[in-house]
Amino acid sequence: MDDNTLQRFRLPMRARVATTIGGAAATVSRLAGKGDGSVIGGIIGLRLAPDLLSLLAAGRQVILVTGTNGKTTTTKLITAALAPLGGEIASNIYGANMEAGLTSALSRAPDARVAVLETDEKYIPAMVKATSPKVVVLLNLSRDQMDRAAEIWLLARRWREALGNAPDCHVVANADDPLVAWAASSAHKVTWVAAGQRWREDSWCCPHCGAHLQRDGDDWSCRECGHRRPPVSWLLYDNEVVDPTGRATRLDLVLPGRANRSNAVIALAVAEAFGVHIMQALRELRQVTSVVGRYTQVNRRGCDIRLLLAKNPAGWLEALDVMAPAPTPILLSVNAQGPDGRDTSWLWDVDFRRLRGRHVLVGGERKLDLAVRLEADEVPFKLVSNIDEAVDAALTVAPSLEVLANYTAFQQYRVALGRVQ
Amino acid sequence: MRQLRLVWVYPDLLSTYGDRGNVLVLERRARLRGLPVEIVEVNSDKPVPRDGHIYLMGGGEDLPQTLAARRLLADGGLLAAAGNGAVIFAVCAGYQMLGMEFGGADDAPVQGLGLLDMRSSRGERRAVGEIVADVDPGLNVGKLTGFENHQGVTRLGPNARPLARTTLGTGNGDGTEGAYNGRVLGTYLHGPALVRNPNLADLLLYWAAGPLPPLPPQAEELANRLRAERLSAVTAASQ
Repeated sequence: MDDNTLQRFRLPMRARVATTIGGAAATVSRLAGKGDGSVIGGIIGLRLAPDLLSLLAAGRQVILVTGTNGKTTTTKLITAALAPLGGEIASNIYGANMEAGLTSALSRAPDARVAVLETDEKYIPAMVKATSPKVVVLLNLSRDQMDRAAEIWLLARRWREALGNAPDCHVVANADDPLVAWAASSAHKVTWVAAGQRWREDSWCCPHCGAHLQRDGDDWSCRECGHRRPPVSWLLYDNEVVDPTGRATRLDLVLPGRANRSNAVIALAVAEAFGVHIMQALRELRQVTSVVGRYTQVNRRGCDIRLLLAKNPAGWLEALDVMAPAPTPILLSVNAQGPDGRDTSWLWDVDFRRLRGRHVLVGGERKLDLAVRLEADEVPFKLVSNIDEAVDAALTVAPSLEVLANYTAFQQYRVALGRVQ
Repeated sequence: MRQLRLVWVYPDLLSTYGDRGNVLVLERRARLRGLPVEIVEVNSDKPVPRDGHIYLMGGGEDLPQTLAARRLLADGGLLAAAGNGAVIFAVCAGYQMLGMEFGGADDAPVQGLGLLDMRSSRGERRAVGEIVADVDPGLNVGKLTGFENHQGVTRLGPNARPLARTTLGTGNGDGTEGAYNGRVLGTYLHGPALVRNPNLADLLLYWAAGPLPPLPPQAEELANRLRAERLSAVTAASQ
């Protein structure tokens, strides 16, 4: 009997029953075409055993990944970077990132010794308590769906308290984001990564004392209270990563954009904490070509479509940076269902002026909100009702189309295009 | 007036959610009528100029709101401009700050700017969602449509008038929404409140610059469609 089997055997009877019934429900959900089946199993399991997550996490090396943007991609990159360890890795790759999603991910992989778990920002304190993680990854914090999410200064304070009370937890954090750095600085052990910060509209002021921060390039400091960017051991510079030994290595990812290079450097830092060498980890990261439909290329009636998902101003800023050049048309699409946030105000935080002169199509359930926004930035556009209308419009200009959509708008296109991975 | 001076007060502290929209809407509606616009963004480490025509204040979390109020009182620029008859338009946290006091972190009372006769404190629960309200008929603005996201309760004194009466949503918490006195006007509609309320934008422009010619209809078409869509969506949802 090996260790893994032992661990499963140690699960109390009610945890075993709970995971079995939950797993059956997930299978039914998938077969019924209701979704990826990643939450329902966890919900049922937790109802039968409320401490199921703690039971399932015990004895494993858990990594929690959180931040406003890049959670799903970074979770996938870390999972890839740890592949050289061998053995199964538990992960909630479909983005079900609250308690039920984490529970479900662990119950689906009872033999996995390592778990990489994307975690909703709000749930970090509770999930740190429940899973006693070996590593917590803090990516970034910016305004996001404020009709349901907590205010970000408040979130940072809660992270700070939770990490201060978790002495065995190793934090890997982005030193370039002042809010993240403040939250992480209560932890007992931190690996600081200069992962960059493109969106700065939420960090002009010191999270500790509120004074206007002094900023010089990526460096930042507070004149009033002395809070400043901590010294870093990993650094992203353009397409290169500088590791703790000071050596620079080209990243050369397939995934596009600065944000993904930033996520990759964080993944390398986590891999190092698990003893995986940077070159081994990097080889795995270069194999990642898409993340649950994101960045996927699909062809529809002779039109090459690339799907990008972004949910808030910081995410849209990064996504607009990676758009293919003209003449490729761009379809922007926005919904305002529950998971998107019911408030479209955030569109006014995105600077669309760079799209002047491009062929822009506008779709989604809240296309009029987007239309008025583009009009204010003097960006001409055409309204479309679905992906086929967008493809028709695109094909008059070029055999390709870039799609940028927020959460449920993205899922609608993904389904229309055949649930692409 | 040769040029309209729009001052955006403390975007580093008070710009939580699309507040730039109000700047852009006022700028566009003035320019389309041939009135040039100068936009001045004043961060919290700089003095607030006294010679603006319209001052805009956005939303913010508790701590930034308290810091902003303290700095504006110490700076004095905004109060001086208000004394000279400048137009002030504030949303959400900015709106609360216009009053005599508001609830800061842990609901401890914080001194406001004293530009509107009202007091705010923290309510029982957060008001989040679409809001519709009938504006004081004397202002000739029609219905307000927007989104609110706050936990404030505001009580007006005798020297402030309610901006509107709510038909959907929470507003001040007693059936009224927003407040105004002279050319100082505030609302719980958060973020880009003027986007769906072009008449309110035009009222502010009128206060600042006097009568302006109407816009060509095609320049208004999308905003009016959006406004009608949101009003009918929330009416359908509440029935």
